[in-house]
Amino acid sequence: MSDAVIRTDRLTRRFGDFVAVRDVSFDVPRGGIFGLLGPNGAGKSTLIRMLCGVLRPTSGGGSVLGVDISRDPEGVKRRIGYMSQKFSLYADLSVLENLRFYGGIYGLDAERQQSREQAVISLTGLAAYNDRLAGKLSGGWKQRLALACALIHEPEALFLDEPTAGIDPVARRDLWDLLFELSHRGVTMLVTTHYMDEAERCTHVGYIHQSRLIACGRPAELKSAQDVTPPGTRRFELRCAAPADALARARALPGICDATLFGDTLHLLVEDSLSESALIAAVAPADPSATMRPIGASLEDVFVLLSRRRNAERAA
Amino acid sequence: MTGFRAILTKECAHIRRDPGTIFFALVVPALEMMIFGYAIRVSIENIPTVIFDLDGRQESRRLVDSLVAARTFRVVERVHSAGEFRHALAAGRAKAGILIPADYSERLLRREQADIQVLIDGSDSQIATTAQNAAALIVQQLAMQRGRRFGESLQLAPARDPAGRSAMPIEARIRLLHNPDLISAFFFVPGLVVIILQLVLLFLTSFSIVKERENGTLEQLFVTPVSRAGLIFGKLVPYAVLSVGEILIVLTLMTAVFGVPIRGSLPLLAGLSLVFIVTALGLGLFISTLARTQLQSMQLSFLVMLPSVLLSGFVFPRSEMPLPIYLLSFGLPVTYFLEILRGIILRGAELRDLLPHVAGLAICCVVILSLALTRFRKQLD
Repeated sequence: MSDAVIRTDRLTRRFGDFVAVRDVSFDVPRGGIFGLLGPNGAGKSTLIRMLCGVLRPTSGGGSVLGVDISRDPEGVKRRIGYMSQKFSLYADLSVLENLRFYGGIYGLDAERQQSREQAVISLTGLAAYNDRLAGKLSGGWKQRLALACALIHEPEALFLDEPTAGIDPVARRDLWDLLFELSHRGVTMLVTTHYMDEAERCTHVGYIHQSRLIACGRPAELKSAQDVTPPGTRRFELRCAAPADALARARALPGICDATLFGDTLHLLVEDSLSESALIAAVAPADPSATMRPIGASLEDVFVLLSRRRNAERAA
Repeated sequence: MTGFRAILTKECAHIRRDPGTIFFALVVPALEMMIFGYAIRVSIENIPTVIFDLDGRQESRRLVDSLVAARTFRVVERVHSAGEFRHALAAGRAKAGILIPADYSERLLRREQADIQVLIDGSDSQIATTAQNAAALIVQQLAMQRGRRFGESLQLAPARDPAGRSAMPIEARIRLLHNPDLISAFFFVPGLVVIILQLVLLFLTSFSIVKERENGTLEQLFVTPVSRAGLIFGKLVPYAVLSVGEILIVLTLMTAVFGVPIRGSLPLLAGLSLVFIVTALGLGLFISTLARTQLQSMQLSFLVMLPSVLLSGFVFPRSEMPLPIYLLSFGLPVTYFLEILRGIILRGAELRDLLPHVAGLAICCVVILSLALTRFRKQLD
């Protein structure tokens, strides 16, 4: 992809003997939302920090909006917005003062500051809180203010490190609506998250496991990949009266490759050789209410499968 | 200097909204000045003393009176047994004990040498030294008086003064310069100005930066195009201004309350104070590059403050220090500024008199600033 706005090429970062990010390569096209997932400590924040120009890569490289992150980190900083994991605005400054501060940092002149202030306030709906101290805002509004500050200089690329951690579901959905709005306007984003449902909404997702990017692509591509639901297997959802007991039985049954509890249902990866009726009989015996329906793989299935495979390879 | 104005404005807003900063920068120094200025006394007086007078007649009372008259000793207890005498010293109620033997008056009358016993608690060496010298001097003077009177009665004198009275053969005429009344405030209060100034600057600057590191706002700033210079100066200038206000308050208190006159040039004092302020700001910045948390920055600040108080010559004369410590004291900016301030304030010293100290301060300033600036980067590694 020649129009990639964010691009990394075998990007690697070591801290002494520890490799925090190893050989990570991916591209995000203009307007794309790249969701980066992975457990804590897998290297997500290190990767973002390198792309934002505050951490030098040990080897490999990357560019944002065509600016090389190793050669011109300050050039990158001028053109991106960054919203960190932690609330990192000044709690003792008001909403407007925070916006003016960041506008000043990016060197906006008075006229442009005025128009950008209006733009980000109306985008984030902060108008009612203009004079409230940032520290007195609720979690969701703090995140909106952080986003507004990150957007004050109208960046074309935005990096968001767990923007929805710890906020309520309504605020979370509102924030994602904002991100889609930005994406439509051509802003390219990289978002880290722990939520699978957020990952499903990204245009591209990557999964980092032990500092390597082990999955990367569009969610649909990843889920339909052949090795996620290998030939000769199918995925089912089983609804039954005692799912926990059913899980124990399913795990002991030959012909079942994977079984996971999902609320009051069971998600199963089953070999074709095992018929549906035989399966119900074995897993939920004497349960007339038990029903099964075929389902597709979820992103979680993909990440679980790839992580297990990686762990098995390392153990071998 | 990209972002300088934005950072400066923001920092001023922080200071305006946090009464603690103003309090710490302007009120605490004034309070410290008052408390320590009064508390620190070099001349030791009123050493609690226990008297065990076995004689109890006129001569022994005269001895006790002369001891008390010099104000070095203050009688807190009179005891009547050896046990009580020892116990008063052991319990710490008295730091000195005077034992006058029963035959004190008789021996004097018989022209035999009388002796008294002086016991001193040596655990506080400063008090002990003072008590020792004072006791020896007072007893010696009393003995000399008796000797002179005896000589006069025989029409003999070791020497005579211009009026023809009997006198000692040699007399030292001592004149005290710069602080004729030996007021301890003259020596200590200018030093206190230096110590308080460094304390406030160190804490305010390192705290203000480390607080941003802790809150994550520093990382947020690193991701913006703010320049290093804009960030550093924007953050430090308000504290430099505050510290100018602080030194003015403290110097005013010094002259108005403690009566220490400033004999030298005010512009010189102001100019060199600025050099010291910049040095202390650099030191605060340096600490903030080492500390991850406010607690760490406090510990590091104390690590700097302690030698600044103890080894700079503020309390103990540097000339008395063992060589390695003496050499170490050259690394402290306070050492030089202390000499400069005492020189200008007490002796009316001029720039050329202070050149070695000014050079030392300038070197400290350059070294500390370059260390701090190289360490402070807009990078996280």
